[in-house]
Amino acid sequence: MSAGLQLPRNIEEALYRLNPSTSRRNFLRCSGALVLTVGVSTIPGAHALAVIGDLAGPYADPDYRQLDTWIVIHPDNTATFYVGKTDGGQGTGTAFRQLMCDELDIAYDHTSLVMGRTDTTPDQGGSGGSDALERDGWPMRRVAAEARRVLLQLGAEHFAVPVSQLTVSDAIISVAADPARRISYAQLVGGQRFNVELSGQNIDATTGVAKVKAVNELRVVGQPVPRYDIPAKVDGSLTWAVDKKLPGMVHARNVRPPVAGAKLRGIDESSVAALPGFIRVVSRGNYVAVICEREEQAIRAARELRVDWQAPASAPFPASDALFDYMRQATPTSVGTPEIQGDPDAAFAAAAQVISADYAVPFQGHTAIGPAHALADPSDGQMTIYSNDMKSYRLRTGVADFLGMPREQVRVVYMDGPQVYGRTAADDAGFEAAFLAREIGRPVRVQWTRAEETAWDTKGPAYAFTLRGALDADGKVLALEYDACAADYNHVGYNEPDTVLVAQLMGRRPARPAQGEAETPSVMYAIPNRRTTTRVVGLPLIWETPLRAGNLRDPNGPQVTFAFESFIDELAAAANADPVQFRLDMLAGSAEDGIHRRARSIAVVQAAAEAYGWDARPAPRTRLAAARDEDEILSGRGIAYTFRNNTVAAVIAEVEVNRQTGRVWTRRLVCAHDCGLVVNPVGLERTIECGMLHALSRALWEEVQFDTQQVTSVDWLSHPSLRHSDTPESIQVVLVNGDPNPDRPDLAPYGAGEGSHKPLIAAVANAIYDATGVRLRQPPFRRERVLAALRVAEV
Amino acid sequence: MSIVKLRVNGASHEVDVDPSTPLLYVLRNDLGLRGPRFGCGLGQCGVCTVIVDGVAVRSCLVPAAQLQGEITTLEGLAKDGVLDPLQQAWIDEQVPQCGYCHNGQIMTARALLDRNPNPSDAEIREGMEGALCRCMTYYRVQAAIKRVVRGADSSVAQVSE
Repeated sequence: MSAGLQLPRNIEEALYRLNPSTSRRNFLRCSGALVLTVGVSTIPGAHALAVIGDLAGPYADPDYRQLDTWIVIHPDNTATFYVGKTDGGQGTGTAFRQLMCDELDIAYDHTSLVMGRTDTTPDQGGSGGSDALERDGWPMRRVAAEARRVLLQLGAEHFAVPVSQLTVSDAIISVAADPARRISYAQLVGGQRFNVELSGQNIDATTGVAKVKAVNELRVVGQPVPRYDIPAKVDGSLTWAVDKKLPGMVHARNVRPPVAGAKLRGIDESSVAALPGFIRVVSRGNYVAVICEREEQAIRAARELRVDWQAPASAPFPASDALFDYMRQATPTSVGTPEIQGDPDAAFAAAAQVISADYAVPFQGHTAIGPAHALADPSDGQMTIYSNDMKSYRLRTGVADFLGMPREQVRVVYMDGPQVYGRTAADDAGFEAAFLAREIGRPVRVQWTRAEETAWDTKGPAYAFTLRGALDADGKVLALEYDACAADYNHVGYNEPDTVLVAQLMGRRPARPAQGEAETPSVMYAIPNRRTTTRVVGLPLIWETPLRAGNLRDPNGPQVTFAFESFIDELAAAANADPVQFRLDMLAGSAEDGIHRRARSIAVVQAAAEAYGWDARPAPRTRLAAARDEDEILSGRGIAYTFRNNTVAAVIAEVEVNRQTGRVWTRRLVCAHDCGLVVNPVGLERTIECGMLHALSRALWEEVQFDTQQVTSVDWLSHPSLRHSDTPESIQVVLVNGDPNPDRPDLAPYGAGEGSHKPLIAAVANAIYDATGVRLRQPPFRRERVLAALRVAEV
Repeated sequence: MSIVKLRVNGASHEVDVDPSTPLLYVLRNDLGLRGPRFGCGLGQCGVCTVIVDGVAVRSCLVPAAQLQGEITTLEGLAKDGVLDPLQQAWIDEQVPQCGYCHNGQIMTARALLDRNPNPSDAEIREGMEGALCRCMTYYRVQAAIKRVVRGADSSVAQVSE
């Protein structure tokens, strides 16, 4: 046995603790080969997990190059998979099990999965970028295939026959010619280590010797396996991160500056010192928190604490009403390299028709349904953080740096929490809890308030766009100019010890702010002459601001696609063309790429139109004589298409616009979606549906509003969100496989967390135009804004 | 602090708290319940919903000491080990994404069906209006309620492949 060839240390501990009569030494010495009688009792995965939660540090990094880090076969012939991911509710955990079950040849119900615990699961980075299946599923598949290969090899040695004469089904290996000769995985390695080393330059490349199965050999993949996490979420039995409690735990609430950029001048601790349960006020720099024995006591103390703040001398930002004027006039903090194809100036000069339009998208927040929270335990000189951080590994590294602790003394236990569409990649509460726990030497639970979360969470960057297009006499697009300006300067990173809010408030700064980015469109259109320019601007207050740009579900895609696909619709209308055919014509002329995005783009646009029952005609519908009536409700349909990395999606929205109230109701949504191999069709459909509705909320309701001192969006009245009454009557998802070789044996799964989210706002805007002839160029399409536009257009 | 008496999920409890403490914190921190969760503390989102004598109540707002009736939480919906039909429909319809708000969705739906066992689609939308979901699972929440009211065939699932 070479050094380091160990089970995840804590699992080994767990197994040992469950059966102390087993010699730890013997257990460790097991080679994994031909151990027919296993000296440990049956160990349900859940029981083992309950034990490992109690283990003391230090916490070594699980070694991704060891098969035992990823897979444990239990003596009851079940398996537990350990993966370095988190599942925000899109069912990726279920999908991981499906992928690994197929490669390992074990029944789904005989497996369990552990995710995102930094002491237990290898660092795959947690979640983000919709890369769960696209990137991180591959090492999982390969290590499971390797485990199967090793088990078959052991089986061959046991029966003294070649591997080629063995079959395997549901974790039982049998001799093909004599099925009575059979042995289980557990009899071969149950409760013991494989001791198999893997290779790969990094965790994404982790592999053994075995190859993964071809698509036509997959059995569990492709099945609508119900998500394993749902029952405990509906019967109340799940322990969420908000539920975690520890002996001696106390409660903290933050006290934020009342206006952005305010400096702390003084704290009158006597204002709360006599309150019941009061423990301490902790402050450093401009960070202030109150700690009490009980939660309601901390709430009261935070409310009653008298703090003297000095407002900044100049305004931290323009008011939200003036944001886009500010952005368009601001000196950029960075300018992207212009991309020029063909000769756009000559094309515009020769055009039969030139149109241009400005678009804008406001800051939009995560506004998670559950505000930020975390529990940190400083016991035994270690720091354990119980958190719903989607990037738990970076939280561990970030907190270790922030507190000046060795990484080995810090661990993060990932638990379920409210939605994670990028918010918990900057896990402010996790850092705060760890800081406060160390300050007072007791486990501290931090819970943000609703106002704090809505005002101070990270924001998707605001954008201002100018687009200009040239059509020839036949209505073909000759040239297109795209100019994007993003308020994305100092975009916060993933759990960085110098950009999380508490670090900013304490005065910690990185060497320079992050540059941020302004993104360009993701479409496969053939447009011969193009000019693409981008720039990033900053607001006056860079640090300690509630307007922190951060990743919000497909960080730039909904903004960029709203502007671009709205403008494509404007070009189609100027060309008097059907919006679907107009797009198909531009796709037809484009070049194919290595992942067939041209063919797949055409397939999704056609599939969406077919599923919707799209009749070809130009927009707006008001051009039709029949639509020129006095109806209170105007209806229309709109399409938008895009790709998100390797996934392509087209969305058609059908809306009803109320002329009297301005209310927009999206009656129907159709999404055609090609993300390659479908691992779980129901999980995928739900994710696509909710991705669309999340964007519908951004289309109809969401806007972070602020005056020149502070964010004024602080609750569900001042920051409305989509509600039950906004829900479409019908949502139709069409899963497309547009690959030119749809049965290819190596068909890959691509990400699905953001593909349907990205084009939705544009589809709704295009549908409103079709219904009313009025082009709305700035979401959200709240009724007052819609009504004002209708009045101006005399609709 | 003073002794507050509560009836929760069929059991009697006495807790020693400040009587103005919102019910939510007593349920969570003193009684160890995990169904009702904090969402806003303002009665705006429904995540903390419990049912008191048949009425959906926002436990983040109401002081524990003011409650006289029988409190039912998400944990108390199942009877004799059998899930409430709504809970089962939530599983059958695969409703939640993150699931954090679904205490509010299920408890609000339970109170709705208790007062109107056969709501129309419009009545479902109206009755559920105050239950916010930021993963936007509304379509499936409504489908699951329709499943309970009208049977599995009424599920709105429309998927073609």
